[in-house]
Order: sequence, then C-alpha cells, then structure tokens
Amino acid sequence: MCLAIPAKLIGKIDRLATVEVGGITRKVSLMLLPDAQVGDFVLVHAGFAIQTVEEEEAKRTMELLKELTELA
Amino acid sequence: MPNNQGDEIRQAAAVLVKEIDRLVKQPVRIMEVCGTHTVAIFRAGIRQLLPSQVELVSGPGCPVCVTPNDYLDTAIAYSRCDDVIITTFGDMLRVPGSSSSLRAEKAVGADVRIVYSPLESLDIAASNPGKKIIFLAIGFEATAPTAAATVLTAEKLGLDNFYVLSAHKLVPPALRALMADRKVKVDGFLLPGHVSAIIGEQPYHFLEREYHVPAIIAGFEPLDILQSVYMLVKQIHTGTAVVENQYSRVVKPGGNQVARQVLAQVYEEADATWRGIGVMQGSGLRVNSKYRRFDVRVRLPVQVENTCEDAACRCGEVLRGLVKPADCLLFGKTCVPEHPVGSCMVSVEGTCAAWYKYGAWRWQK
Repeated sequence: MCLAIPAKLIGKIDRLATVEVGGITRKVSLMLLPDAQVGDFVLVHAGFAIQTVEEEEAKRTMELLKELTELA
Repeated sequence: MPNNQGDEIRQAAAVLVKEIDRLVKQPVRIMEVCGTHTVAIFRAGIRQLLPSQVELVSGPGCPVCVTPNDYLDTAIAYSRCDDVIITTFGDMLRVPGSSSSLRAEKAVGADVRIVYSPLESLDIAASNPGKKIIFLAIGFEATAPTAAATVLTAEKLGLDNFYVLSAHKLVPPALRALMADRKVKVDGFLLPGHVSAIIGEQPYHFLEREYHVPAIIAGFEPLDILQSVYMLVKQIHTGTAVVENQYSRVVKPGGNQVARQVLAQVYEEADATWRGIGVMQGSGLRVNSKYRRFDVRVRLPVQVENTCEDAACRCGEVLRGLVKPADCLLFGKTCVPEHPVGSCMVSVEGTCAAWYKYGAWRWQK
C-alpha cells in the first residue's frame, strides 16, 4: 500500500512527467513535487512523484557502509 | 561488479549485526510501524540475523489492516447501487466486511475497478458521465495527498460525478495512542520512511519529549533496516532518546511542503476508528467543508448493514504488538491468505500474511 519506487524523471510537460524505472516508462503526476527536474530521481507512489531522491545522500550512505566494511 | 557489491553489502550487514550484538545488554523490543518494513524484514530474513535479545514487533502501519469492517460494509453497500463504479487499490477487494467483500460483490456484477493511481478514477468519471465514481481513499500520510490532489483535479476539470469514501489515517496520533497504552511495551520505533517523506521529522519529536523513546526514520533496503536497528540499540545503550533520520536520501527534515499544503487544503483532522483497536482521537482525515461535495457519505448517504467482527480474530492485538499472529486460533487454519478472516492476513504488507508467507518455520510444528 505504501510501496513507493525510485524512478528517473526523463520528461516533463507542466505537471505531468514521464519516468523510467527498469527500462519501463510511465506517466506520473508532479502536482505534489512541482520543482522536480528532468534527470532527477524521484520517489513514485500511487501515480504521483512524492519526493526527490538525493543522489549525494545516497552516496554518503554507501560511503558510510563502505567504511563499515573496511572496519570488518 | 554485482558480486563485489553483494559482498560489500554482506560484509556491512555482518558488521552491523556484530555491533548490535555488542551493544545489546538486555532484551529490547523494537516496533516497525510500517507494513512495508514488516515485509522487507521478513523477506531479508532480518529477524534471524539479529541477536535473540532484539525482538522486532509489527505495528499498526498497514492501512488495509487497520481499515474497520464498517468502512468495508459501507463500500460494499455503495457497490450494490446500479449507478456506481467503485475504484480502489487492489488489496481492498479481498478484505472481508461483515458478510461480504468487494471481490464477492464484483463476482455477482458490481462494477469495482482496481486503479494504480487515484487519478485514474477521473478518467473513468469522464468517460462514464451517467455513473457515480467512488474512490476508496485509504492510506496514511504518504497516500492521502494523492487523494487530495485528485479531488483538486476533479474540481479543476469540473467533474460532478467523482467522490471519495475517505478513511485516511495519521501515523503520529497512532504512535501516541500506542505509547499511552500501558499494555504496549516498546523500547524504540522504526518510523515509516515514505510517510516521513511527506510529514518530515517534526511530528515525531513528542516521542523523545514526552515518552523518552528513541525513534529512527528508516529506509526499506535490508541495510537501511539493519543500520536503523543499530542506531536504535546505540541510543538505548547510551540512554538517549531522540528522533534520527537514517533515510535522509529521501526524507527531508521538513517533509514535502507542497504535499502537506494540498492535504491541508482538502482534508481536516478527525477521530478515526482503527480495526480491532477502536477510535483514536484525531487519528484520521475527513474531507473539509470546502470540498464536502466530493465526500460520498455527505452527498449520497447509503443504508449500511449492521457491522460485526469475527470475535475470534485478534488483528487488533496483533496491530499493537500484544500478541503474535501464531497466538490467534484462526491463524493458518481458517485464516489463510487465500481465505482471510482478518485484515492482517489480506494485505501483502499485513503482519499475519508476512508471518504466514515468510515465517512458517517459526509457527509450524
């Protein structure tokens, strides 16, 4: 029910976006995330983009985990 | 490359588990509030990875599970009207009401359609002007703004045959009610990542201020969950209790302000009934007076049968972490995913369904 998936925003016309995930494209609404830009990764839930996924933050998380593995 | 990445993930998981083991000095009970976490935990086998001192219990965070019988009975009553099309997310079809389900009604001719997005309801409304389209608006703060945005779009399009049957619920009041319930014992919370993407961090701060309970906003990958458990046991070990955000790549401190504004434009807080738990003050949303013409209960009242619950079903206790699914006499016998009695067995995110699907080794003798 609260499943949301990250997808890449590849096209945008007004409040309607085309996103791509795993090679499949679909239309989602940007009503709840009007500032999203082409190239952003967005979290899609029930046909709406609800948040941007920060690549830098994702990288930081991965670096933290990498540091942990180096401690092992 | 994928193998190296897989090795790194496994190594990171092993370090986290070792650290959790080192920090845990006494039994701790951690509640994952969100049903999506429940499924991720079972799917990745995280319960088996953690030391026995760490107990993970599932909370009331599956919206299908907490939707009460009277809501289903109302939806079923509407579905029996000749000029009505019900639109809904798929899970709701199988949830049993007092004497029927939407799936059973569809089988005998009711027009019940599954949608991926609430916006699809508007296409159906536009192409069926002689019908009344009723969207079953359930879900927490991650889903409610999508329904609110759909109402605003319906208004903009001038559609006069679209309605919502609203049963949206709010997470923070449920957490408050859990903490106020003396029977509920929780040492820390894994908070729902996608709900938090909308509401941000602030609504959870009462947990640290009023109850001194640590809480982590957690992502849904296995490592996200392990890292969040590590952050929790670290806090418990040091006697601190603050809200931390493990899922910062998605959850901003202030959440999604546009979504919150859309939500506030269409809905207002109201008391809500949670299946098996009862009424929780201010824990739900109803359409506000400005948009009440979209509220089907107001515009098109319907006669609903007397609601009754299966007395043996223990969903209410399962949802508060008071009993395990296997403690219910119905579990795995008369209540199975193919023929659910309680809502916790219906949704793939339901605690009982997850136990049944992934946890058979624990309950099957």
